[in-house]
Amino acid sequence: MLTLAIESSCDETACAVIKDGREVLSNIISSQIDIHRKFGGVVPEIASRKHIEAINNIIQEALDEANCKFEDIDMIGVTQGPGLIGALLVGLSTAKALAYGLDIPLIGVNHIHGHICANFIEHRDLEPPFTCLVVSGGHTYLLNVRDYTDFELVGRTRDDAAGEAFDKVARSLGLPYPGGPHIDRLAKEGDKDSISFPRVYLEDDSYDFSFSGLKTAVLNYLNQEKQKGQEISIENVAASFQQAVLDILVDKSFKLANETGSKKIVLAGGVAANQGLREMMEERGTKEGIQIYYPSRILCTDNAAMIGSAAYYNYRKGLISGLSLNAEPNLGLN
Amino acid sequence: MNILGLDTSTMMATCAVINEERLLGEYSLNQDMSHSEKLVPMIKEILDGLNMKIGDIDLYGVAIGPGSFTGLRIGAATMKAFAHVFNKPMVGVSTLEALAYNLPHNEIVVPMIDARRNRVYTAIYSWEDGMLKEVMAPDVLPMEDLIKRLMDFDELVVNGNGTLIHRELLEKSLGKRVRFATMGQNMCRAASICELARIKYDGGQVDDYFTLAPEYLRESQAQRELREKERQNS
Ligand SMILES: [Zn+2]
Repeated sequence: MLTLAIESSCDETACAVIKDGREVLSNIISSQIDIHRKFGGVVPEIASRKHIEAINNIIQEALDEANCKFEDIDMIGVTQGPGLIGALLVGLSTAKALAYGLDIPLIGVNHIHGHICANFIEHRDLEPPFTCLVVSGGHTYLLNVRDYTDFELVGRTRDDAAGEAFDKVARSLGLPYPGGPHIDRLAKEGDKDSISFPRVYLEDDSYDFSFSGLKTAVLNYLNQEKQKGQEISIENVAASFQQAVLDILVDKSFKLANETGSKKIVLAGGVAANQGLREMMEERGTKEGIQIYYPSRILCTDNAAMIGSAAYYNYRKGLISGLSLNAEPNLGLN
Repeated sequence: MNILGLDTSTMMATCAVINEERLLGEYSLNQDMSHSEKLVPMIKEILDGLNMKIGDIDLYGVAIGPGSFTGLRIGAATMKAFAHVFNKPMVGVSTLEALAYNLPHNEIVVPMIDARRNRVYTAIYSWEDGMLKEVMAPDVLPMEDLIKRLMDFDELVVNGNGTLIHRELLEKSLGKRVRFATMGQNMCRAASICELARIKYDGGQVDDYFTLAPEYLRESQAQRELREKERQNS
Protein backbone atom coordinates (compact mmCIF):
# COMPACT_ATOMS: atom_id res chain seq x y z
CA MET A 1 0.00 0.00 0.00
CA LEU A 2 1.27 3.45 -0.88
CA THR A 3 0.77 6.32 1.53
CA LEU A 4 1.30 9.94 0.58
CA ALA A 5 2.02 11.78 3.81
CA ILE A 6 2.15 15.46 4.66
CA GLU A 7 3.79 17.13 7.65
CA SER A 8 3.54 20.88 8.37
CA SER A 9 3.33 21.15 12.14
CA CYS A 10 6.22 23.61 12.57
CA ASP A 11 8.75 25.08 10.15
CA GLU A 12 9.30 22.15 7.79
CA THR A 13 7.03 21.61 4.82
CA ALA A 14 7.37 17.91 4.11
CA CYS A 15 5.84 15.24 1.92
CA ALA A 16 6.74 11.59 1.48
CA VAL A 17 5.58 8.45 -0.27
CA ILE A 18 5.84 5.33 1.88
CA LYS A 19 5.20 1.69 0.99
CA ASP A 20 3.62 -0.54 3.61
CA GLY A 21 4.64 1.72 6.47
CA ARG A 22 8.34 0.86 6.31
CA GLU A 23 9.80 1.57 2.91
CA VAL A 24 10.59 5.16 1.88
CA LEU A 25 10.03 5.85 -1.81
CA SER A 26 10.55 9.57 -1.33
CA ASN A 27 11.01 11.91 1.60
CA ILE A 28 11.06 15.60 0.66
CA ILE A 29 11.66 18.24 3.32
CA SER A 30 11.66 21.97 2.71
CA SER A 31 13.12 23.71 5.73
CA GLN A 32 12.37 27.34 6.52
CA ILE A 33 15.07 27.53 9.14
CA ASP A 34 17.03 30.32 7.41
CA ILE A 35 13.95 32.53 7.40
CA HIS A 36 13.19 32.02 11.09
CA ARG A 37 16.80 32.27 12.25
CA LYS A 38 16.81 36.07 12.13
CA PHE A 39 13.82 36.08 14.50
CA GLY A 40 15.60 33.75 16.93
CA GLY A 41 12.85 31.13 16.69
CA VAL A 42 9.92 29.98 14.62
CA VAL A 43 7.38 32.73 13.84
CA PRO A 44 4.02 30.96 13.43
CA GLU A 45 2.48 33.34 10.87
CA ILE A 46 5.58 33.30 8.69
CA ALA A 47 5.74 29.50 8.91
CA SER A 48 2.11 29.23 7.76
CA ARG A 49 2.75 31.58 4.83
CA LYS A 50 5.77 29.60 3.71
CA HIS A 51 3.86 26.33 3.97
CA ILE A 52 1.13 27.40 1.58
CA GLU A 53 3.68 28.70 -0.92
CA ALA A 54 5.68 25.48 -0.86
CA ILE A 55 3.29 22.64 -0.28
CA ASN A 56 2.17 21.74 -3.80
CA ASN A 57 5.74 21.81 -5.06
CA ILE A 58 6.84 19.52 -2.26
CA ILE A 59 4.00 17.10 -3.01
CA GLN A 60 4.95 17.02 -6.69
CA GLU A 61 8.61 16.43 -5.84
CA ALA A 62 7.63 13.57 -3.55
CA LEU A 63 5.51 11.96 -6.29
CA ASP A 64 8.21 12.44 -8.91
CA GLU A 65 10.96 11.02 -6.78
CA ALA A 66 8.80 8.02 -5.87
CA ASN A 67 8.11 7.66 -9.56
CA CYS A 68 4.36 7.61 -9.08
CA LYS A 69 1.21 9.57 -9.80
CA PHE A 70 -1.68 10.62 -7.60
CA GLU A 71 -3.71 7.66 -8.92
CA ASP A 72 -1.14 5.21 -7.51
CA ILE A 73 -1.66 6.46 -3.95
CA ASP A 74 -3.84 4.35 -1.63
CA MET A 75 -4.21 6.69 1.34
CA ILE A 76 -3.30 10.14 2.61
CA GLY A 77 -1.60 10.55 5.97
CA VAL A 78 -1.33 13.95 7.63
CA THR A 79 -0.11 15.43 10.90
CA GLN A 80 -3.14 16.48 12.92
CA GLY A 81 -1.18 17.79 15.92
CA PRO A 82 0.46 18.74 18.14
CA GLY A 83 2.00 21.82 16.52
CA LEU A 84 1.32 25.36 15.39
CA ILE A 85 -2.35 25.66 14.51
CA GLY A 86 -1.95 27.82 11.39
CA ALA A 87 0.88 25.66 10.09
CA LEU A 88 -1.00 22.41 10.75
CA LEU A 89 -4.06 23.74 8.91
CA VAL A 90 -2.19 24.16 5.64
CA GLY A 91 -1.13 20.51 5.54
CA LEU A 92 -4.46 19.31 6.86
CA SER A 93 -6.57 21.29 4.35
CA THR A 94 -4.38 20.04 1.53
CA ALA A 95 -4.58 16.45 2.75
CA LYS A 96 -8.35 16.52 3.06
CA ALA A 97 -8.78 17.86 -0.46
CA LEU A 98 -6.38 15.21 -1.78
CA ALA A 99 -8.21 12.39 0.01
CA TYR A 100 -11.61 13.63 -1.14
CA GLY A 101 -10.38 14.33 -4.68
CA LEU A 102 -8.79 10.91 -5.01
CA ASP A 103 -11.55 9.17 -3.04
CA ILE A 104 -9.09 7.38 -0.75
CA PRO A 105 -8.85 7.16 3.06
CA LEU A 106 -7.61 10.13 5.09
CA ILE A 107 -5.54 9.25 8.15
CA GLY A 108 -4.83 11.85 10.82
CA VAL A 109 -1.54 11.23 12.62
CA ASN A 110 -0.20 12.36 15.96
CA HIS A 111 3.18 13.99 15.29
CA ILE A 112 4.74 12.21 18.29
CA HIS A 113 3.47 8.87 17.01
CA GLY A 114 5.24 9.79 13.77
CA HIS A 115 8.54 10.37 15.55
CA ILE A 116 8.31 6.92 17.14
CA CYS A 117 7.50 5.32 13.77
CA ALA A 118 10.64 6.85 12.21
CA ASN A 119 12.35 3.89 13.87
CA PHE A 120 10.21 1.35 11.98
CA ILE A 121 11.51 2.87 8.76
CA GLU A 122 15.11 2.85 9.94
CA HIS A 123 15.02 -0.61 11.52
CA ARG A 124 12.97 -2.94 9.36
CA ASP A 125 12.98 -5.69 12.00
CA LEU A 126 12.06 -3.52 15.00
CA GLU A 127 8.75 -4.50 16.56
CA PRO A 128 6.92 -3.38 19.68
CA PRO A 129 6.87 -3.65 22.62
CA PHE A 130 9.74 -1.38 23.65
CA THR A 131 10.66 1.54 25.89
CA CYS A 132 10.69 4.81 23.98
CA LEU A 133 12.17 8.24 24.73
CA VAL A 134 10.81 11.03 22.50
CA VAL A 135 12.91 14.17 22.84
CA SER A 136 12.66 17.28 20.68
CA GLY A 137 12.39 21.05 20.82
CA GLY A 138 8.74 20.74 21.76
CA HIS A 139 8.44 17.41 23.55
CA THR A 140 9.94 15.13 26.15
CA TYR A 141 8.06 11.88 26.62
CA LEU A 142 8.91 8.54 28.14
CA LEU A 143 6.62 5.78 26.88
CA ASN A 144 5.90 2.11 26.94
CA VAL A 145 5.14 1.36 23.30
CA ARG A 146 2.93 -1.72 23.59
CA ASP A 147 1.93 -2.02 19.96
CA TYR A 148 2.18 -0.03 16.72
CA THR A 149 -0.67 2.25 17.77
CA ASP A 150 -0.80 1.62 21.50
CA PHE A 151 1.37 3.63 23.88
CA GLU A 152 1.40 4.15 27.59
CA LEU A 153 2.63 7.61 28.53
CA VAL A 154 4.81 7.14 31.62
CA GLY A 155 6.67 10.42 31.92
CA ARG A 156 6.74 13.89 30.44
CA THR A 157 8.37 17.24 31.10
CA ARG A 158 6.71 19.48 33.63
CA ASP A 159 8.21 22.63 32.13
CA ASP A 160 10.67 22.99 29.24
CA ALA A 161 11.17 20.28 26.65
CA ALA A 162 14.72 18.89 26.53
CA GLY A 163 15.37 20.44 23.11
CA GLU A 164 13.95 23.74 24.30
CA ALA A 165 16.48 23.79 27.15
CA PHE A 166 19.25 23.17 24.60
CA ASP A 167 18.01 26.04 22.43
CA LYS A 168 17.69 28.46 25.33
CA VAL A 169 21.12 27.68 26.73
CA ALA A 170 22.59 27.92 23.23
CA ARG A 171 21.04 31.34 22.81
CA SER A 172 22.53 32.54 26.09
CA LEU A 173 25.93 31.36 24.82
CA GLY A 174 25.43 33.44 21.69
CA LEU A 175 25.02 30.41 19.41
CA PRO A 176 22.70 30.61 16.41
CA TYR A 177 19.20 29.12 16.34
CA PRO A 178 18.56 26.23 16.55
CA GLY A 179 21.19 25.67 19.18
CA GLY A 180 20.97 21.96 19.95
CA PRO A 181 23.48 20.75 17.34
CA HIS A 182 25.95 23.51 18.33
CA ILE A 183 25.85 22.45 21.98
CA ASP A 184 26.39 18.83 20.94
CA ARG A 185 29.39 19.83 18.82
CA LEU A 186 30.96 22.11 21.46
CA ALA A 187 30.32 19.58 24.23
CA LYS A 188 32.80 17.19 22.60
CA GLU A 189 35.56 19.76 23.09
CA GLY A 190 34.65 20.66 26.67
CA ASP A 191 35.05 19.01 30.07
CA LYS A 192 31.70 17.67 31.23
CA ASP A 193 32.79 17.59 34.86
CA SER A 194 34.12 21.15 34.94
CA ILE A 195 30.94 22.84 36.15
CA SER A 196 28.46 21.24 38.50
CA PHE A 197 24.91 21.86 37.27
CA PRO A 198 21.90 20.37 39.09
CA ARG A 199 20.17 17.15 38.00
CA VAL A 200 16.47 17.33 38.79
CA TYR A 201 15.05 13.84 39.24
CA LEU A 202 11.76 14.91 40.89
CA GLU A 203 10.03 12.34 43.14
CA ASP A 204 11.59 8.87 43.53
CA ASP A 205 8.84 7.09 41.65
CA SER A 206 8.37 9.75 38.96
CA TYR A 207 9.32 9.39 35.33
CA ASP A 208 8.58 13.04 34.69
CA PHE A 209 11.26 15.57 33.74
CA SER A 210 12.03 19.17 34.65
CA PHE A 211 14.64 21.21 32.82
CA SER A 212 13.81 24.81 33.66
CA GLY A 213 15.84 24.73 36.90
CA LEU A 214 18.88 23.50 35.00
CA LYS A 215 18.42 26.18 32.36
CA THR A 216 18.24 28.85 35.09
CA ALA A 217 21.35 27.43 36.76
CA VAL A 218 23.28 27.80 33.51
CA LEU A 219 22.05 31.39 33.05
CA ASN A 220 23.00 32.23 36.67
CA TYR A 221 26.43 30.70 36.20
CA LEU A 222 27.02 32.77 33.07
CA ASN A 223 25.93 35.97 34.86
CA GLN A 224 28.11 35.31 37.90
CA GLU A 225 31.17 34.59 35.80
CA LYS A 226 30.57 37.70 33.76
CA GLN A 227 30.25 39.83 36.90
CA LYS A 228 33.47 38.36 38.24
CA GLY A 229 35.06 39.26 34.94
CA GLN A 230 35.97 35.62 34.35
CA GLU A 231 36.52 34.27 30.90
CA ILE A 232 33.82 31.70 30.10
CA SER A 233 34.66 28.48 28.30
CA ILE A 234 31.55 27.86 26.23
CA GLU A 235 32.86 24.36 25.49
CA ASN A 236 32.89 23.56 29.20
CA VAL A 237 29.45 25.10 29.73
CA ALA A 238 28.06 23.15 26.77
CA ALA A 239 29.63 19.89 27.93
CA SER A 240 28.54 20.27 31.57
CA PHE A 241 25.03 21.35 30.65
CA GLN A 242 24.57 18.59 28.08
CA GLN A 243 25.81 15.98 30.53
CA ALA A 244 23.27 17.15 33.11
CA VAL A 245 20.44 16.71 30.60
CA LEU A 246 21.69 13.37 29.32
CA ASP A 247 22.21 11.90 32.82
CA ILE A 248 18.52 12.38 33.53
CA LEU A 249 17.28 11.20 30.13
CA VAL A 250 19.45 8.08 30.21
CA ASP A 251 18.80 7.20 33.86
CA LYS A 252 15.04 7.45 33.56
CA SER A 253 14.94 5.54 30.28
CA PHE A 254 16.93 2.64 31.71
CA LYS A 255 14.97 2.70 34.94
CA LEU A 256 11.75 2.26 32.95
CA ALA A 257 13.21 -0.42 30.69
CA ASN A 258 14.43 -2.38 33.70
CA GLU A 259 11.14 -1.99 35.52
CA THR A 260 9.14 -3.30 32.56
CA GLY A 261 11.74 -5.90 31.59
CA SER A 262 12.13 -4.32 28.17
CA LYS A 263 15.31 -5.21 26.28
CA LYS A 264 14.88 -2.40 23.77
CA ILE A 265 15.13 1.36 24.21
CA VAL A 266 14.10 3.42 21.20
CA LEU A 267 15.03 7.09 20.79
CA ALA A 268 12.96 9.48 18.68
CA GLY A 269 12.66 13.19 17.92
CA GLY A 270 15.15 15.90 17.05
CA VAL A 271 17.31 15.42 20.16
CA ALA A 272 17.73 11.73 19.20
CA ALA A 273 20.24 13.12 16.68
CA ASN A 274 22.41 14.26 19.61
CA GLN A 275 25.69 12.36 19.41
CA GLY A 276 26.29 12.56 23.14
CA LEU A 277 22.88 11.03 23.87
CA ARG A 278 23.39 8.21 21.38
CA GLU A 279 26.83 7.32 22.73
CA MET A 280 25.80 7.40 26.36
CA MET A 281 22.71 5.28 25.68
CA GLU A 282 24.73 2.72 23.72
CA GLU A 283 27.48 2.51 26.30
CA ARG A 284 25.03 1.80 29.08
CA GLY A 285 22.95 -0.47 26.82
CA THR A 286 25.97 -2.66 26.19
CA LYS A 287 26.59 -2.91 29.95
CA GLU A 288 22.99 -3.77 30.78
CA GLY A 289 22.17 -5.95 27.78
CA ILE A 290 19.64 -3.53 26.32
CA GLN A 291 19.55 -2.82 22.59
CA ILE A 292 19.41 0.87 21.62
CA TYR A 293 17.61 2.04 18.48
CA TYR A 294 17.49 5.50 16.92
CA PRO A 295 16.70 6.85 13.46
CA SER A 296 19.27 8.36 11.12
CA ARG A 297 19.57 12.13 11.38
CA ILE A 298 17.15 12.95 8.55
CA LEU A 299 14.44 10.84 10.19
CA CYS A 300 15.05 12.44 13.61
CA THR A 301 14.01 15.87 12.35
CA ASP A 302 10.44 16.61 11.35
CA ASN A 303 9.66 14.71 8.15
CA ALA A 304 6.69 13.20 6.40
CA ALA A 305 8.07 9.66 5.98
CA MET A 306 7.48 9.06 9.68
CA ILE A 307 3.92 10.41 9.34
CA GLY A 308 3.34 8.00 6.44
CA SER A 309 4.54 5.10 8.57
CA ALA A 310 2.25 6.04 11.46
CA ALA A 311 -0.65 6.54 9.03
CA TYR A 312 -0.15 3.02 7.70
CA TYR A 313 -0.31 1.50 11.18
CA ASN A 314 -3.37 3.61 12.04
CA TYR A 315 -5.01 2.39 8.85
CA ARG A 316 -4.29 -1.24 9.72
CA LYS A 317 -6.04 -0.63 13.05
CA GLY A 318 -9.04 0.89 11.26
CA LEU A 319 -8.22 4.37 12.55
CA ILE A 320 -9.51 6.31 9.54
CA SER A 321 -10.41 10.00 9.82
CA GLY A 322 -13.45 11.80 8.46
CA LEU A 323 -13.32 14.81 6.16
CA SER A 324 -14.17 17.02 9.13
CA LEU A 325 -10.81 16.18 10.75
CA ASN A 326 -9.49 19.28 12.47
CA ALA A 327 -6.04 20.39 13.57
CA GLU A 328 -5.30 19.81 17.27
CA PRO A 329 -2.44 22.09 18.35
CA ASN A 330 -2.28 20.47 21.80
CA LEU A 331 -3.02 16.90 20.80
CA GLY A 332 -1.93 14.49 23.53
CA LEU A 333 -0.72 10.94 23.09
CA ASN A 334 -3.64 9.01 24.58
CA MET B 1 -17.85 24.49 -17.91
CA ASN B 2 -18.48 23.72 -14.24
CA ILE B 3 -16.89 26.12 -11.80
CA LEU B 4 -16.42 25.54 -8.07
CA GLY B 5 -15.89 28.72 -6.07
CA LEU B 6 -15.28 29.34 -2.41
CA ASP B 7 -14.47 31.97 0.14
CA THR B 8 -13.24 31.47 3.71
CA SER B 9 -11.83 34.93 4.37
CA THR B 10 -14.27 35.78 7.18
CA MET B 11 -16.45 33.85 9.63
CA MET B 12 -18.55 32.91 6.63
CA ALA B 13 -17.59 29.78 4.77
CA THR B 14 -19.26 29.74 1.37
CA CYS B 15 -18.96 27.48 -1.64
CA ALA B 16 -20.91 27.29 -4.89
CA VAL B 17 -21.01 25.56 -8.25
CA ILE B 18 -22.05 27.30 -11.46
CA ASN B 19 -22.10 26.26 -15.11
CA GLU B 20 -22.32 28.43 -18.24
CA GLU B 21 -25.93 29.38 -17.64
CA ARG B 22 -26.75 29.35 -13.99
CA LEU B 23 -25.97 28.90 -10.35
CA LEU B 24 -26.34 25.18 -9.59
CA GLY B 25 -25.84 25.32 -5.84
CA GLU B 26 -24.52 27.50 -3.07
CA TYR B 27 -23.88 26.68 0.58
CA SER B 28 -22.86 29.24 3.19
CA LEU B 29 -22.36 28.93 6.93
CA ASN B 30 -21.68 31.87 9.19
CA GLN B 31 -20.33 30.28 12.34
CA ASP B 32 -17.34 30.45 14.62
CA MET B 33 -14.20 29.91 12.59
CA SER B 34 -14.62 26.22 11.90
CA HIS B 35 -13.71 26.32 8.21
CA SER B 36 -11.20 23.55 8.62
CA GLU B 37 -13.89 21.13 9.83
CA LYS B 38 -16.70 22.34 7.59
CA LEU B 39 -15.24 23.19 4.21
CA VAL B 40 -14.63 19.86 2.48
CA PRO B 41 -17.87 18.34 3.87
CA MET B 42 -19.73 21.43 2.55
CA ILE B 43 -18.24 20.96 -0.91
CA LYS B 44 -19.11 17.27 -0.79
CA GLU B 45 -22.67 18.10 0.26
CA ILE B 46 -23.19 20.42 -2.70
CA LEU B 47 -21.66 18.03 -5.21
CA ASP B 48 -23.56 15.04 -3.82
CA GLY B 49 -26.78 17.06 -4.05
CA LEU B 50 -26.01 17.87 -7.65
CA ASN B 51 -25.03 14.29 -8.45
CA MET B 52 -21.61 15.54 -9.43
CA LYS B 53 -18.10 14.48 -8.56
CA ILE B 54 -15.23 16.80 -7.74
CA GLY B 55 -13.60 15.54 -10.95
CA ASP B 56 -16.48 17.12 -12.91
CA ILE B 57 -15.22 20.58 -11.99
CA ASP B 58 -13.41 22.36 -14.83
CA LEU B 59 -12.29 25.54 -13.09
CA TYR B 60 -11.56 26.40 -9.47
CA GLY B 61 -12.20 29.93 -8.22
CA VAL B 62 -10.88 30.83 -4.79
CA ALA B 63 -11.03 34.01 -2.75
CA ILE B 64 -7.42 34.97 -2.09
CA GLY B 65 -7.95 37.87 0.25
CA PRO B 66 -7.73 40.10 2.02
CA GLY B 67 -9.27 38.65 5.16
CA SER B 68 -8.45 36.23 7.97
CA PHE B 69 -4.95 34.88 7.26
CA THR B 70 -5.78 31.39 8.51
CA GLY B 71 -9.16 31.32 6.76
CA LEU B 72 -7.60 32.33 3.45
CA ARG B 73 -5.01 29.59 3.72
CA ILE B 74 -7.62 26.92 4.43
CA GLY B 75 -9.51 27.90 1.28
CA ALA B 76 -6.41 28.26 -0.88
CA ALA B 77 -4.83 24.99 0.31
CA THR B 78 -8.05 23.11 -0.39
CA MET B 79 -8.50 24.48 -3.89
CA LYS B 80 -4.83 24.23 -4.82
CA ALA B 81 -4.96 20.54 -3.91
CA PHE B 82 -8.06 19.96 -6.08
CA ALA B 83 -6.54 21.80 -9.03
CA HIS B 84 -3.31 19.85 -8.53
CA VAL B 85 -4.96 16.42 -8.36
CA PHE B 86 -7.05 16.99 -11.49
CA ASN B 87 -4.55 19.30 -13.19
CA LYS B 88 -7.29 21.86 -13.81
CA PRO B 89 -7.01 25.65 -14.01
CA MET B 90 -7.64 27.84 -11.00
CA VAL B 91 -8.21 31.56 -10.58
CA GLY B 92 -7.68 33.64 -7.45
CA VAL B 93 -10.33 36.30 -6.87
CA SER B 94 -10.11 39.33 -4.58
CA THR B 95 -12.55 39.07 -1.68
CA LEU B 96 -13.19 42.81 -1.94
CA GLU B 97 -14.00 42.60 -5.62
CA ALA B 98 -16.34 39.69 -4.93
CA LEU B 99 -18.09 41.73 -2.25
CA ALA B 100 -18.49 44.68 -4.62
CA TYR B 101 -19.88 42.28 -7.21
CA ASN B 102 -22.88 41.77 -4.92
CA LEU B 103 -23.92 45.40 -5.57
CA PRO B 104 -24.32 46.04 -9.31
CA HIS B 105 -25.55 49.60 -8.94
CA ASN B 106 -24.56 52.68 -10.85
CA GLU B 107 -22.63 54.23 -8.06
CA ILE B 108 -19.50 53.92 -6.01
CA VAL B 109 -19.23 50.62 -4.12
CA VAL B 110 -17.05 50.34 -1.02
CA PRO B 111 -16.63 46.87 0.50
CA MET B 112 -15.12 46.66 3.99
CA ILE B 113 -13.79 43.62 5.79
CA ASP B 114 -12.93 43.97 9.46
CA ALA B 115 -9.15 44.01 10.02
CA ARG B 116 -9.43 44.63 13.81
CA ARG B 117 -8.08 47.57 15.80
CA ASN B 118 -10.42 50.00 14.04
CA ARG B 119 -9.05 49.11 10.61
CA VAL B 120 -10.71 47.63 7.55
CA TYR B 121 -9.56 45.91 4.40
CA THR B 122 -11.19 48.01 1.75
CA ALA B 123 -11.15 49.21 -1.84
CA ILE B 124 -13.29 51.54 -3.92
CA TYR B 125 -15.03 50.34 -7.07
CA SER B 126 -17.36 51.83 -9.67
CA TRP B 127 -19.47 50.14 -12.32
CA GLU B 128 -18.77 51.06 -15.92
CA ASP B 129 -20.51 49.30 -18.81
CA GLY B 130 -21.45 46.41 -16.56
CA MET B 131 -17.86 45.92 -15.40
CA LEU B 132 -16.30 46.63 -12.02
CA LYS B 133 -13.57 49.26 -12.21
CA GLU B 134 -11.09 49.77 -9.40
CA VAL B 135 -11.09 53.38 -8.18
CA MET B 136 -8.88 52.69 -5.18
CA ALA B 137 -6.77 49.52 -4.92
CA PRO B 138 -7.28 47.13 -1.99
CA ASP B 139 -5.60 48.33 1.17
CA VAL B 140 -5.85 48.11 4.92
CA LEU B 141 -6.88 51.49 6.36
CA PRO B 142 -7.86 53.02 9.70
CA MET B 143 -11.54 54.01 9.58
CA GLU B 144 -10.74 57.74 9.90
CA ASP B 145 -8.53 57.62 6.79
CA LEU B 146 -11.12 55.74 4.79
CA ILE B 147 -13.87 58.15 5.77
CA LYS B 148 -11.73 61.09 4.67
CA ARG B 149 -11.42 59.52 1.23
CA LEU B 150 -15.12 58.71 1.04
CA MET B 151 -15.95 62.41 1.55
CA ASP B 152 -15.06 62.86 -2.16
CA PHE B 153 -18.17 60.98 -3.28
CA ASP B 154 -21.76 62.24 -3.35
CA GLU B 155 -23.30 58.81 -3.35
CA LEU B 156 -21.94 55.47 -2.32
CA VAL B 157 -23.04 52.06 -1.17
CA VAL B 158 -21.07 50.01 1.33
CA ASN B 159 -21.06 46.36 2.34
CA GLY B 160 -19.09 43.69 4.17
CA ASN B 161 -18.72 42.82 7.84
CA GLY B 162 -16.73 46.04 8.42
CA THR B 163 -19.86 48.09 7.74
CA LEU B 164 -21.73 46.23 10.48
CA ILE B 165 -19.05 47.06 13.02
CA HIS B 166 -18.58 50.70 11.92
CA ARG B 167 -22.15 51.52 10.85
CA GLU B 168 -22.65 54.26 13.40
CA LEU B 169 -19.43 56.03 12.47
CA LEU B 170 -20.21 55.78 8.74
CA GLU B 171 -23.71 57.16 9.24
CA LYS B 172 -22.49 59.99 11.43
CA SER B 173 -19.68 61.00 9.10
CA LEU B 174 -21.29 60.49 5.70
CA GLY B 175 -24.97 61.12 6.47
CA LYS B 176 -27.32 60.62 3.57
CA ARG B 177 -24.55 60.01 1.07
CA VAL B 178 -24.00 56.44 2.26
CA ARG B 179 -26.33 53.51 1.69
CA PHE B 180 -25.94 50.18 3.41
CA ALA B 181 -26.31 46.81 1.74
CA THR B 182 -28.97 44.30 2.74
CA MET B 183 -28.07 41.34 4.92
CA GLY B 184 -27.61 38.98 1.99
CA GLN B 185 -25.33 41.43 0.20
CA ASN B 186 -23.03 41.86 3.17
CA MET B 187 -21.40 38.48 2.88
CA CYS B 188 -19.04 37.31 0.22
CA ARG B 189 -21.03 34.97 -2.03
CA ALA B 190 -19.29 31.98 -3.55
CA ALA B 191 -21.53 32.45 -6.57
CA SER B 192 -19.83 35.82 -7.12
CA ILE B 193 -16.42 34.17 -6.75
CA CYS B 194 -17.43 31.63 -9.41
CA GLU B 195 -18.65 34.29 -11.80
CA LEU B 196 -15.62 36.52 -11.34
CA ALA B 197 -13.37 33.49 -11.78
CA ARG B 198 -15.02 32.79 -15.11
CA ILE B 199 -14.74 36.42 -16.25
CA LYS B 200 -11.06 36.47 -15.32
CA TYR B 201 -10.43 33.07 -16.87
CA ASP B 202 -12.12 34.21 -20.10
CA GLY B 203 -9.92 37.29 -19.92
CA GLY B 204 -6.82 35.09 -19.85
CA GLN B 205 -6.04 34.86 -16.14
CA VAL B 206 -4.97 31.41 -14.95
CA ASP B 207 -3.23 30.99 -11.63
CA ASP B 208 -0.71 28.29 -10.91
CA TYR B 209 -1.55 25.80 -8.16
CA PHE B 210 2.15 25.59 -7.38
CA THR B 211 2.57 29.28 -6.65
CA LEU B 212 -0.85 30.73 -5.81
CA ALA B 213 -0.82 32.24 -2.31
CA PRO B 214 -3.23 34.50 -0.44
CA GLU B 215 -2.91 38.26 -0.74
CA TYR B 216 -2.72 39.25 2.89
CA LEU B 217 -2.10 42.99 2.37
CA ARG B 218 -0.26 42.93 5.69
CA GLU B 219 3.08 41.59 6.79
CA SER B 220 3.18 39.37 9.83
CA GLN B 221 3.64 41.22 13.10
CA ALA B 222 7.12 39.74 13.56
CA GLN B 223 8.19 41.09 10.17
CA ARG B 224 6.82 44.55 10.92
CA GLU B 225 8.67 44.61 14.23
CA LEU B 226 11.91 43.40 12.66
CA ARG B 227 11.68 46.05 9.95
CA GLU B 228 11.05 48.71 12.59
CA LYS B 229 14.08 47.53 14.57
CA GLU B 230 16.28 47.57 11.48
CA ARG B 231 15.06 51.05 10.63
CA GLN B 232 15.96 52.33 14.12
CA ASN B 233 19.40 50.72 13.96
CA SER B 234 20.29 52.22 10.60
ZN1 LIG C 1 8.80 16.90 15.77
